[in-house]
Amino acid sequence: MLQIESLKVFHGLIEAVHGIDIKISKGQCVCLLGPNGAGKTSTLSSITGTARATGSVRLDGNDIMALSIEERCKRGIAISPEGRRIFSNLSIQDNMIMGGAIRRDKTRLAQEIEEWISHFPVLGERRNQPAGTLSGGEQQMLAIVRALLSKPRILLLDEPSLGLAPQITARVFEIIRDLKKQEMTILLVEQNVAAAMEVSDYVYVLNNGAISSHGDVGKFGDGSDLMDELMGVHR
Amino acid sequence: MDYVIQQVLNALSFGAEYALIALGLAIVFSIMGLVNFAHGEVIAFGGYSMIVVATLLTGNPWVLMIMVLAACVLIATVLERVAFRTVRGADLTTGLLTAFGVSIILQNLFLLLGSPRPMAATQFIFLDKTLTIGAIRVSSLQIYETVATVVAIIILLTFLRRTTLGIAMRAAALDFEMVRLCGIRANRVIAGAFAMSGLLAGLACIFIMARRGSVSPHMGFDPVLTAFVACVIGGFGSLPGAVLGGFLLGICEVAVQVLLPQSYGGLAQAVVFALVALILIWRPDGILSPAQEKGDKI
Repeated sequence: MLQIESLKVFHGLIEAVHGIDIKISKGQCVCLLGPNGAGKTSTLSSITGTARATGSVRLDGNDIMALSIEERCKRGIAISPEGRRIFSNLSIQDNMIMGGAIRRDKTRLAQEIEEWISHFPVLGERRNQPAGTLSGGEQQMLAIVRALLSKPRILLLDEPSLGLAPQITARVFEIIRDLKKQEMTILLVEQNVAAAMEVSDYVYVLNNGAISSHGDVGKFGDGSDLMDELMGVHR
Repeated sequence: MDYVIQQVLNALSFGAEYALIALGLAIVFSIMGLVNFAHGEVIAFGGYSMIVVATLLTGNPWVLMIMVLAACVLIATVLERVAFRTVRGADLTTGLLTAFGVSIILQNLFLLLGSPRPMAATQFIFLDKTLTIGAIRVSSLQIYETVATVVAIIILLTFLRRTTLGIAMRAAALDFEMVRLCGIRANRVIAGAFAMSGLLAGLACIFIMARRGSVSPHMGFDPVLTAFVACVIGGFGSLPGAVLGGFLLGICEVAVQVLLPQSYGGLAQAVVFALVALILIWRPDGILSPAQEKGDKI
C-alpha cells in the first residue's frame, strides 16, 4: 500500500534520514523503532509532506512526493502527530469536526462522532469544553480519533504513548489493537519497544537516519535484545 | 440625562468603528501573523470605487453600499494573492514591510489616478440625520453604526463557530500546519481571512464615507493606526480582544473629551494614550491576550 524508496529527509541543510526503504502492505501494522534523533518523526513528516525530502513515497503505486500536505490527506494519509497537537483552543467537538473536514458525507460524519463519543465517554461529557482541558491520555485519544475521522487508508501514529502513565499507555495500545482488527493499515513510531512489538506485524529499526535491521516481528523474539540495542546497553 | 445618553451613543459609535477595523486586523494577524497596515488602503479603495461606480453606473446609495463591500473584499483578496501569499511563512518583519510597501503603492495610485485633494462622494450622507427621540436628539448614523457593528460581530462569531471553514480559521490561529494535515487547504483559510477583513473594511468604509462625504488618498491611515492601538490593548491576535479594545478606546476618547475642561482640550489624545500605557503596564500582552502555550501536557 505504501512504498518508500531511497528516502532522504532534510531539516534545513542537515540530512536527517539517509536513504531508507520501507514497505507497508494493506492491513499491516508496521512499527518503526529507534532511539531519540534516529529520524523516525522525520520519516513520518516526509510521508505527510511537512518535511523536505527526496526519493519516492508511493501510495498504491502513485508517487505522492510532489503533492501538497492537504492533497496527501485527501488521498488517505492521516497522522496523530508527535506531541498530539490537538487544537487546545477549540472544543472537543470542533477538534473532531476538523478531523472530518475533508469528508463530504457530513451526516455520516456526525454519526461517527457520536459513535466515538460513546466509545470514549469522557470526550462526550466535555464535548463543548476546550480540548486543552483534557488530560494527556485523553488528548492522545482525541488526536487518534481526529485522524481516524478523515477515513484514512493509512494511519500514522507518532509516539502515542509518549508521556502517558502505564495504564493509559495500555489503553492506547488497546485502541491500536482494535484498529488492527478492523484491518486499518498502521505505521507506528514508538520508543516503547515491548508494547509496540506486541501489536506490530513487521519491525524496522532506525539508527542515525539509516535502517539497521528489519524483519517480521517474530525475528526479534521478545524484543529485549532490541531494547538493549536501542538503549545502548552492552552485555 | 439626554446629554449623557448622547455621549454614550457617541462613545459606542466611535468604538464600533474602531472595533470593525481592529477586527479586520486581528483576523488576519491571528492566522498568519501579519500586521496588515495596508488595511487602511482597502478602506480608501472602497471609497474610490464608490466614486467610480457613482460616476459611471448609478448613484443609488443601496447599490453603492453593496459595491463598496464587494470592492473591499475584492481588493483584500487580490492583495493577499499578489503580495502577501509570496511572503507567507517569512519573518514577521518581512510581512510588516510588505504591508507598508503595499500601502504606499496604493496611496500613490490613489494620488495619480484620483486626486491629492479630497474628492466628494456624498451618497451616504443621508444616513446621518438628527433624530429626536423624546427629549434627546441623536445622530441616526451613530445608531446605525453601533447596530451594524454588533450585527457584523454576531454574524462573524456565528461563522467562526458553526462552519467548517470558520472552525479551521480558529484552529489555524493555533497550529496552521496541523490544519493542513487535516486536509484543509491553507490558501482557502488565508483567503477566507482576507475576504472577511475586506468585508469588515467595507462596512467601516460605508460609515466613514457617511461621516466625511469625501475620499482622500490617506483617509485610511489614521483609523487603522487607532485600530492597531485597539488591537494592542485588547491583546493582538485575539478577536474578542479587538472588539473590546475598539470599544474601550472609543469610550476613553469620548470620556476624556467630555470630562477634560475645555482649556485642556488639546491634551485629549495625550490623556487617552496615557491610559493606554497604563493598561499595557497592567497587562503587557493586552487584556485578552491568547493564552500562552505552557509546554506539553503530560
